[in-house]
Amino acid sequence: MDKIGIYAVPFVIMFIVVFGAVKKVDLFESFRQGAKDGIGSLISVAPSLIGLVLAVNMLDASGFFDIICSLLSPVCSAVGIPQEVLPLGLIRPVSGSGSYAVLSSILEKYGPDSLIGKTASVMAGSTETTFYAIAVYYGAAGIRKTRYTVPAAIAADLCGIITAVITVRSF
Amino acid sequence: MLGYIWLFMISASVVCAFMTGRMDNLASAVTEGADKGVKLIISMAGVMCLWTGIMNIAEKSGLTKIISHILSPVLSRIMPDYRPDSKALQAVSANITANILGLGNAATPLGITAMKEMQKNNRLGDKPNSSMIMFVVINTASVQLIPASAAALRQAAGSTDPYVILPYVWISSLCALSIGVAAAMICSRLSGRRKRNG
Repeated sequence: MDKIGIYAVPFVIMFIVVFGAVKKVDLFESFRQGAKDGIGSLISVAPSLIGLVLAVNMLDASGFFDIICSLLSPVCSAVGIPQEVLPLGLIRPVSGSGSYAVLSSILEKYGPDSLIGKTASVMAGSTETTFYAIAVYYGAAGIRKTRYTVPAAIAADLCGIITAVITVRSF
Repeated sequence: MLGYIWLFMISASVVCAFMTGRMDNLASAVTEGADKGVKLIISMAGVMCLWTGIMNIAEKSGLTKIISHILSPVLSRIMPDYRPDSKALQAVSANITANILGLGNAATPLGITAMKEMQKNNRLGDKPNSSMIMFVVINTASVQLIPASAAALRQAAGSTDPYVILPYVWISSLCALSIGVAAAMICSRLSGRRKRNG
């Protein structure tokens, strides 16, 4: 299973570059433009990321995460989610840069290639900032009631978290 | 919103450190934290730029249009309020394609366009119709080919292989997507039935 990820990346890159060459795209200029946009969006999230990494670092040093984790550990063990990834599950639906900050602190603490580190990475990769997305999209369209959007989206998120735990543990 | 979260995080950490007697840890965490934020951005930059660059080639070569074309008939089945060739569904499939390829900057404006187009033919006024809900639920499931930011954070933390998570992310987000779509369909049926009875 681990081999798939290692093979996928070079092949995806090669496929896109070759496809671009066939379609006569100015390859390097397109890459340069895209990478420039990447730098641009990193710089635009930088201030909030710094603020949130600071706050997460403070929470971690204060022992807050340990308290929350041990309080919620009965719930976690009932569902089978390692308690160390809980802070990520809590912040993920509301803030993208906040979840970057929490994920980075988890990876640093337990190691990116540990079971906990892998589970947290998969969780972050397979869920979204649900409440943020709902607010932005409905806000833009002038929708005020959400009907069953939140329960359906939460069902999807929970499923993503549980599958992350199960797949990482079993393969 | 983020302001309140931030306020909560900072006050909770001070109260917590005071009660557990970890004030000196907290003080060093403050200086260290700001420094870590900058380091994190710098160490993420390479991987992030690699993918925004590669995916820009995908966009320029028309690959996104092809994927979007393949998706739209599938989408019109789960968003029956709109025709596959409508402006609304075209924006929806362009948004979902951008999400799959990790073109985050393009995805949000496309999603907003999609929502506005869908709202034009929405008979429920300020309530979303079932297709609009379906669209938002699909967006929250985050189906993406390369989870670039998670990979960048793993790289920054010194992972021996940042991309090892790929297949797990694919499986998890597909499961999340199917459950989300199923839940939205079930709720849509239930609310339709309730309306007919009442």
